[in-house]
Amino acid sequence: MEQILSFFNDNRDMIYFIILSVFVGVEVIGGVPTVLHTPLMSGANAIHGVVIVGAIYVMLNVNPDDTVALILGCLAVLLGTLNVVGGFVVTDRMLEMFKKKK
Amino acid sequence: MGLKMMGNAKTARNGNLIGAVGMTIAILGTIFLHEGEVSTMIYGMIFGAIALGTIIGWFTAKKVQMTKMPELVSMFNGMGGACAALISLIEYTHHQHSGEPATTGTMIAIIAGLVIGSVSFSGSIIAFLKLNGTMNKPVRLPSYNMLNNVFMLGVLLFGAFMVYSGGNMMLAYLLFAAALAYGILFTLPIGGADMPVVISLLNSFTGLAAAFGGFLYGNKVMLTGGILVGSAGTLLTLVMCKAMNRPLSNVIFGAFGAGTAGAAAGSEVKGTTKEASVSDVAVLMNYSKSVVIVPGYGLAVAQAQHVIHELEMLLEERGVSVKYAIHPVAGRMPGHMNVLLAESNVAYEKLVEMDDINPEFPNTDVVLIVGANDVVNPAAKNNPASPIYGMPILEAENAKNIIINKRSMNAGYAGIDNELFYNPKASMFFGDAKKALTELIAELKTMD
Repeated sequence: MEQILSFFNDNRDMIYFIILSVFVGVEVIGGVPTVLHTPLMSGANAIHGVVIVGAIYVMLNVNPDDTVALILGCLAVLLGTLNVVGGFVVTDRMLEMFKKKK
Repeated sequence: MGLKMMGNAKTARNGNLIGAVGMTIAILGTIFLHEGEVSTMIYGMIFGAIALGTIIGWFTAKKVQMTKMPELVSMFNGMGGACAALISLIEYTHHQHSGEPATTGTMIAIIAGLVIGSVSFSGSIIAFLKLNGTMNKPVRLPSYNMLNNVFMLGVLLFGAFMVYSGGNMMLAYLLFAAALAYGILFTLPIGGADMPVVISLLNSFTGLAAAFGGFLYGNKVMLTGGILVGSAGTLLTLVMCKAMNRPLSNVIFGAFGAGTAGAAAGSEVKGTTKEASVSDVAVLMNYSKSVVIVPGYGLAVAQAQHVIHELEMLLEERGVSVKYAIHPVAGRMPGHMNVLLAESNVAYEKLVEMDDINPEFPNTDVVLIVGANDVVNPAAKNNPASPIYGMPILEAENAKNIIINKRSMNAGYAGIDNELFYNPKASMFFGDAKKALTELIAELKTMD
């Protein structure tokens, strides 16, 4: 129990952040009409591409002699980039179609 | 950086662009603000991977057809999941090698990231294959429901064990493999209209995996982004489930697929269908006052969205009122039909949502169903044995005439027969949506 409490204390900022983010996420979806759900899903898909930040971080800290980690890291960065770039481009294309009419 | 990301949360179209810019800043920031010695080789590898990823991602996203969008989103989602899983794997290795004992919190974050990321990855790949048509039959292992739940528990316990004992490299890889396998098992039996829900769910999974990664490094951008997607994705999933009138747990535990086999056999509908020729349909439409078009996935597959718009304009010219009835889950994604019809410049006001159009069906002369099936199946209302029982549908059966354009008599995506086709008011108008509609327009033009 004590351990859990101290864990919470250590990471208090983070936990606040998580709760705030949850509310923002809920708030965002609540205001969107069904029509835009597909682009929204795609947009959300692009956003979680932020994992790439983690991948880069890992790459920067990895021991250059550790080949396995290097290869895995490289792969992670590659896949992350695919996620981010592809996600945003697809979303853009979808939204473009809605834009045309206005 | 975190604030920049929030910009994307707005529904504004530019939000997407802002999000992309924010992401770029976040990436560059991570690279250049890093303190400490890093060899140029690693920089080279990072930039090389980014460049390669950008090129591949950009081109596939640009080239792919509009109808293939759901597959693509699923694919990219899988990539993100894989990325998260790999990070956790490396981080685990790192902890193993450095020998310093990780705190329980860190361990939880690593293991959770690993499991969720890999489930999301393999699940997305299966979803992609399924949507792509490479694998379209729901595969059902005997008592797979039990199997799946047991497997899930196993993976969870395994993960918990890893957190407590610290484990070793071998076990980490094993967990990785187990989670991958679970992702496959989890998605495999799910067929039918549930796929969009699954993708949305996996999407929020990946978000969570990213958030765990953020927790691990104390990186607020990752944390915010991940949780944002996690909560938004979960809510979106729930909204979709509501549209289909099925509890989320039902979808998650795959109860849907299990019920189908038995029910489909029981709900075989007796009766005969009528077939209509092009001229029959043309005459009928020409002399009607109001037409409602129900688009479905068939429209998307045939790329018939422009043709249908042409038909709509032609009929409007002749004083026929034309509307589109949009079912929330028509197609393979919510809003799929809206995107498609928006592409062919169909006026926004013509797209009517389910609840608004249903009371209008009794006053409608002709309902033209293009490549839709399950969303108009009356079994959802009157056959409790049907797997789609309880799902709200478009009550097309109330219209005066029903024309169903389909390629064949085959059952819809949910794998069940549609008694609407045997309705005395209904006639079948076979053929590929694009070809059939083009013929119909030509026929209409000859009449005046």
